[in-house]
Amino acid sequence: MDPRRTARTVSDPKVRQVGFFTPPPDHAISDPPRHHDPIQSPSQSSPPVNDRSPSDSSLSPVMIPPPRHHSDALLRTALQATSPTKPFSPSTRTVMIPPENKDLRSPGRKVVYGKSPSSFSGVKASSVPASELTTVSVVNLALGISGKILTAEEAGGASVEVQNDRRASSKPLKEKTSKAERRALQEAQRAAKAAAKAEGSKASSSASKVVTSENTKPIKATKPSSQKNDGSQVAASDKKGGDRAPEKDRKKDAPHPRMQYDDTSRVEKAKKRAVVKQTEARNRVELFRHLPQYEHGTQLPDLETKFFELDPMHPALYKVGLQYLSGDIYGGNARCIAMLQAFKEAIKDYSTPPEKTLIRDLTARISSYVSFLIECRPLSISMGNAIKFLKSRIAKLPLALSESEAKTTLMLDIDRFINEKIILADKVIVEHAVTKISDGDVLLTYGASSAVEMILLHAHELGKEFRVVVVDSHPKLEGQLLLRRLVRKGLSCTYTHVNAVSYIMHEVTRVFLGASSVLSNGTVYSRVGTACVAMVAHAFRVPVLVCCEAYKFHERVQLDSICSNELGNPDAISKVHGREEINYLDGLVNCENLQLLNLIYDATPSDYVSMVITDYGMVPPTSVPVIVREYRREHLWS
Amino acid sequence: MDAMAEFVVGNIVRRVLYIIREEDLSLTTAAMVGLNLSAVSDDEDDADRDDQPVLSATAIATASRNALHPPSLQTLLEDVPDSAAVQHTSSSGRDSEGKSKSADKSSRNRKLKHDVVEAMNELIQDVSTCHEPIVVRVEHIHQKYLFLEVILTFGSSRTVLQFLCVAKERKRSFLVLVAEGAPRYQGHLLAKELVTRGLQTTLITGSAVFAMISRVNMVIVGAYAVLANGGVIAPVGLNMVALAAQKYVVPFVVLAGSHKLCPLYPHNPEVLLNELRCPSELLDFGEFSDCLDFGSGIGASLLNVVNPTFDYVPPKLVSLFITDILWSISALLIQCGDAMHSPVSAITVSH
Repeated sequence: MDPRRTARTVSDPKVRQVGFFTPPPDHAISDPPRHHDPIQSPSQSSPPVNDRSPSDSSLSPVMIPPPRHHSDALLRTALQATSPTKPFSPSTRTVMIPPENKDLRSPGRKVVYGKSPSSFSGVKASSVPASELTTVSVVNLALGISGKILTAEEAGGASVEVQNDRRASSKPLKEKTSKAERRALQEAQRAAKAAAKAEGSKASSSASKVVTSENTKPIKATKPSSQKNDGSQVAASDKKGGDRAPEKDRKKDAPHPRMQYDDTSRVEKAKKRAVVKQTEARNRVELFRHLPQYEHGTQLPDLETKFFELDPMHPALYKVGLQYLSGDIYGGNARCIAMLQAFKEAIKDYSTPPEKTLIRDLTARISSYVSFLIECRPLSISMGNAIKFLKSRIAKLPLALSESEAKTTLMLDIDRFINEKIILADKVIVEHAVTKISDGDVLLTYGASSAVEMILLHAHELGKEFRVVVVDSHPKLEGQLLLRRLVRKGLSCTYTHVNAVSYIMHEVTRVFLGASSVLSNGTVYSRVGTACVAMVAHAFRVPVLVCCEAYKFHERVQLDSICSNELGNPDAISKVHGREEINYLDGLVNCENLQLLNLIYDATPSDYVSMVITDYGMVPPTSVPVIVREYRREHLWS
Repeated sequence: MDAMAEFVVGNIVRRVLYIIREEDLSLTTAAMVGLNLSAVSDDEDDADRDDQPVLSATAIATASRNALHPPSLQTLLEDVPDSAAVQHTSSSGRDSEGKSKSADKSSRNRKLKHDVVEAMNELIQDVSTCHEPIVVRVEHIHQKYLFLEVILTFGSSRTVLQFLCVAKERKRSFLVLVAEGAPRYQGHLLAKELVTRGLQTTLITGSAVFAMISRVNMVIVGAYAVLANGGVIAPVGLNMVALAAQKYVVPFVVLAGSHKLCPLYPHNPEVLLNELRCPSELLDFGEFSDCLDFGSGIGASLLNVVNPTFDYVPPKLVSLFITDILWSISALLIQCGDAMHSPVSAITVSH
């Protein structure tokens, strides 16, 4: 009971105000007509609730308007009674806290991010009986909302710290369980939970245990964004009852710790399951031992010969994998679309084996495809998010659907994803961005970003007069392809290399950059060299605008470019394409003193970025975690 | 190092002029003492002179004037012992003077030439061995820092190469990250040299500098020229490295021989003190001929390829200069540079 904290007013959380706003006049605590709710807290001592509807006109342009999803509105109104907080904020887990602690909850809500404010009453909260969880699920059923999202609410009892302790303690016991089994367990649990919601029973634990024994297909776990937290499964499998499911879902918010390649035991295990035989590169750079460094160019002929032999692998997937390996397809959007199209093909040709359910088997099949793709080339963040989406769609398939209906549904879902998240998103980004280009501008861009290219071409079509500076870098020389396309359309361009960016920057008025992803601390994860360009632009006081579709945002955080990156072919550095006279390093590649480092990505700190242009609008880099939090769950995975 | 461009050449020319003036000055002061005697002897030698006593006075006056004011190159060149040339000059007073003094002038000029050549030999010696005093400093740096260091360098510099080799000899343990300097890829050369001398080297692309700078302990680079305000003219790309080093507070050390100090102040240095190289290093000739219509007249102006050679690094980004004269920071360096060059010079090197 902290008397200082009760004095703060809290505005309506369904309008998440991210910009500058004036505190509203104190609305009386008036309950809008709500659905009759079994969980009517006796002392509705909720803090002053703003009755602002989502369509409040007083929203300033800086604010991100709340999602207008119909079902969300219903959901919100229902949960309004149960908890004063927005459904998807972490603090909604307070729903389960015994009423007398409610006043503590509200003031703390704004202060604590990512943790349940019930940390004030953490110990007490963990003893929430399971009966309360059932009632919430009933409420949710009434609204027809998928149970998965709201299981986050069920977890209201336990604070995150308590979770961590439990997880940590149980982890050493469970190391023996292989990743494959744990993932299968988790997916089965998810599927089973969907089933459990339909039936309203809590027998999921038994069902999931059955599934574990069935599904033993080995799966390599390396993707950062598409996999669920293994630790959560570990803890989950220990616990009994409903606690397991809610903890796991909350831990899904925390990104999965990636496989570190300097852990030899895991690397060995992974190698055994691998489809593509990789030989480790010589002269591995010590600093990057935690990333896979393989010989390039050796797998391609090997895989090509195996094209017709690999039964478990669908040929479309195989083709895409080979295209990644050879570098024919590159760029976040292109790779993602190619992968999804290949998945569509695979789903179309898929037929459920006897005695298996479609959901679980298809999920396992997709996971194996994904691990093959990883071996060809590590996943980009956009691909990881797309895979997450696909798996969640599969898991949410109603069991009543026939196989063909399920398949068509999935294929339609994939189409919708590509259309909405990539193609339409790009259109919206272009619309926003061309407003930032005026006549007489000199725009600088780095590398070849599909979004930036579209912006420049569209602005040129609109008749704006501007010049483009294309900055390129060795060894990829992607800028030349962009340059070619721009010059063909008649834009006047200047071409230079990244070392000369300080020379050219004093003429530049704006910098447009593309991104592979924007992380939760505002860091832009993009092609190597982007950070240099952004830094020099910042030094010359030139605004930097990053164009990135919202589906590429990720909740993980990265401080520098070393903890997570991709390493390319080291031989590409020693040879210069098109200039054979640069052959100083011939014959030296086998020397153990020489290492060649070919980074693919780097992380640009958020202070160099002025604005991020997404399909949700033009936002500062600090708004990215807000978009991830507010929009990701319902738009991406519902 | 090729393509050191005008800066160092200009510096060396200035120093040579300075040497000539200095030698001449020292000779003239010596000659003033014995001038009276020589004037008298001149009178005796040249019997056809009517105004010998006057000449001797003017001779002394001229000599003293020469001694007091720094002579312009004009006078020096005119005093070159060539009797034929002397006859053709227009200035009468000087002419007759020159003729009268030609005898001792020729001996004096011979001595001047000899001294100048000697001094120039010393200068050559200095320049070619400028590395030695610089590389000696390596122990001072390494003693202060951690055991395993990561050093970033850029492009190729002989001074840096020798510096690192000496450091290795002194048993310092470090790892060198070499950024290849596109488009000349000098970094490849440096990496090869280092590897053959047994140093742990990692070659990275220029674009990866920002990504790696957080793990670097020190940046050591060479310079093409050091300007009078402490700014550095360096291979293109070093401004980017310097900015990154400033952000991560990594010491940025510049190694430069004293012959690279210029008495120039940079005004718009990126443009005025720069040189654009051939664009074919970036884009091959004819590579874009399929999408550019050069015949129409507008096609060629659509695409512009920029390939600068140099970059200007402002003095506030440089932590330390190491030269062969002083181990000093920028401010001292400026004074040192000023002292070396004569403030008046009739010849300016054009850029």
